[in-house]
Amino acid sequence: MKVALLGNPNTGKSSVFNMLTGLRQHVGNFPGVTVDKKHAKFNFQGEKIELIDFPGTYSIYPRSKDEEVVYENLVRADMQDHPDVVAVVVDASNIERNLLLFSQVYDLQLPTLLILNMVDLASRKELEVDVDELQAQFSEATIVRSNARIKSGKEGILGALLQLKERKGDTFHDTPLCDEFDTHAQEIETRERYAKIRAITDKIVRSKAQDDRTSKIDRLLVHPVLGYLFFGLVLVVIFQFIYVISSVPMDLIDSAFANLSAWSASVLPEGIFTDLLTQGIIPGIGGVVIFIPQIALLFLFMGILEESGYLARVVFIMDRIMRPLGLNGKSVVPLMSSVACAIPGVMAARTISDWKERLTTIMVAPLMSCSARIPVYTLLIALVIPEQTVFGFMNLQGLVLFALYFLGTFMAVLVAVVLKFLIKRSQTGFLLLEMPSYKMPRASTLGLLVWEKVKVFVLDAGKIILAISIVLWALASFGPSDKMEKAGEKAELIAEQNNLSEEETEHLIGSKKLEQSYIGIMGRTIEPVIEPLGYDWKIGIALITSFAAREVFVGSMATIYAVQDDGENNLPLIEKMRAEKDNQGEPVYTLATGLSLMVFYAFAMMCMATLAVVKRETKSWKWPLIQLGYMGALAYFGALITYHLFV
Amino acid sequence: MSNLSEIVDGTCITVKEVPSSELSVKLVEMGIMKGTELKVLYRAPFGDPIAVDVNGYVLALRKDEACMIEVEKSVAE
Repeated sequence: MKVALLGNPNTGKSSVFNMLTGLRQHVGNFPGVTVDKKHAKFNFQGEKIELIDFPGTYSIYPRSKDEEVVYENLVRADMQDHPDVVAVVVDASNIERNLLLFSQVYDLQLPTLLILNMVDLASRKELEVDVDELQAQFSEATIVRSNARIKSGKEGILGALLQLKERKGDTFHDTPLCDEFDTHAQEIETRERYAKIRAITDKIVRSKAQDDRTSKIDRLLVHPVLGYLFFGLVLVVIFQFIYVISSVPMDLIDSAFANLSAWSASVLPEGIFTDLLTQGIIPGIGGVVIFIPQIALLFLFMGILEESGYLARVVFIMDRIMRPLGLNGKSVVPLMSSVACAIPGVMAARTISDWKERLTTIMVAPLMSCSARIPVYTLLIALVIPEQTVFGFMNLQGLVLFALYFLGTFMAVLVAVVLKFLIKRSQTGFLLLEMPSYKMPRASTLGLLVWEKVKVFVLDAGKIILAISIVLWALASFGPSDKMEKAGEKAELIAEQNNLSEEETEHLIGSKKLEQSYIGIMGRTIEPVIEPLGYDWKIGIALITSFAAREVFVGSMATIYAVQDDGENNLPLIEKMRAEKDNQGEPVYTLATGLSLMVFYAFAMMCMATLAVVKRETKSWKWPLIQLGYMGALAYFGALITYHLFV
Repeated sequence: MSNLSEIVDGTCITVKEVPSSELSVKLVEMGIMKGTELKVLYRAPFGDPIAVDVNGYVLALRKDEACMIEVEKSVAE
């Protein structure tokens, strides 16, 4: 039996779905749209039930491309997710507006369950719902009470689903359903329905007092000064937590995978499969797992913001500021998250209902300076920026780092404005945002949210990340004919002549082999292209390898210069890089080259994980490829200009 | 006759008319149509968007959208 779960946004529909399904839920796709299809299959009293969670809507008629799945699946019997029965969650504290959708669904003549939810909020608002009167109006519906927030009503809902009343043609409003796109007819029908609903709500709901608690808190949280201060404080706390807490598991994951690689290499017989495993697959999986702490924490915090109802207030105070950029208030949180990591940022853009605004947010999010850029910036700043004080109190190195963060944000804003004119819009932007009443977030809801987001990332984006990791490994491990072998033997010889230690020999062999690998050849091939930016072929190699992830730049540089990547100050590497001379005997890493590289990394889309997530979220390769292209162009020309300004 | 964007905070009003437009069907679905009683609650900094009480729930809408809603002061306040 297929059950469609429907309801207005903010009615507790997700809580009902979570209560009924728990960890049995899966995330899939509705064909052709970008909303996820959450569904679950389970047995209840011998009956197989498939529960499908449809996007929350105010009406059966679609107001966006994503909402079309509701209308089409309900109306067209040939659709894949056409339900046998429908369950509509109705918020008891807001019965009038909720009954619009319910009455539309009721008139479809499918067996219908009305889940009267959030009775506790309704009772706090001192609201009384007359279920008998409601039943009298919708005689062929089954009505159950539930309070999903405290997990009550589960058995009642499931039991009722098995015994829904047969439909005999009773309707609430007896005009036939309008065409999906005939908004004029829909408007007339909606007015007529509301007129009827208003006539009966007074009989169904009795209000004793008004709830003005929400209104009082709101005046503080949307205050022109205090509102922004509080939001700023919330952001600072969230980022502090993410940096402090997530660095612990990230370091653990990092060293665990490094140890696993080293251990596997020591116990397995030498050969290509061992290399594939220890240098390709294990680090590749590590490259997926390493993101989990940040994603989990960001979604935990975002879940708290959303569940508590505060997120709507953030949107409310940021909307006017974001609008000139072709964005809306809902873009703030994804963009802020991207300062930690663009992956959860892009995933969080899902809350933006307008496709153009959502796409713009996704397209510019990776320009915000994420934490993976920090190791690259730190190395380059230490390399070319002198440690001195400017303006009497400012540390020049710190100032450059700040400038790089500013540069990323500034470019994100600029690109958003440009995209405003480039991306076609099907309709004018609007904001009709329900400000839900404040609620205490529940641990189980947050847990499921974090679990679902992590699962989606690991399963969907993880595959792509792993595949690219293996390709990059192959390119770095193999070269044409036996050149790599010879380079290795030659390096061994040089090491012997110079009495190098075993470790130094290994670094030297690694470096010489990399030079002769396919990636080494690619680095040399692109040298003419990157020369105007002030780079040599060695930097070219690091650019190609760090396509996987920006921070790989540091490790690649260490391999190329045959030193140990100590993961800390990289002093030996900096020394070697400073000593590097070009053909004319001039140092390679001048101020101009260093700044040019910093600008390159500020703009370039050097993160396959983000590309994989953008592909997942936009459901096509078109947008990640455009993103790769435009950010690459920005990086190239930005670096070119920077180099020539400082050379 | 005035439109919703001109109403000061704390005032109770009745919707006179929502002229047909691209947006009107959305407003109607949110419960805003001729005869709906609203209360203007508060505004975001810069006076935009505006939060109104629509029969027991709070709806935020932009000033541009509020301009499209013609209202008059409720008699019984």
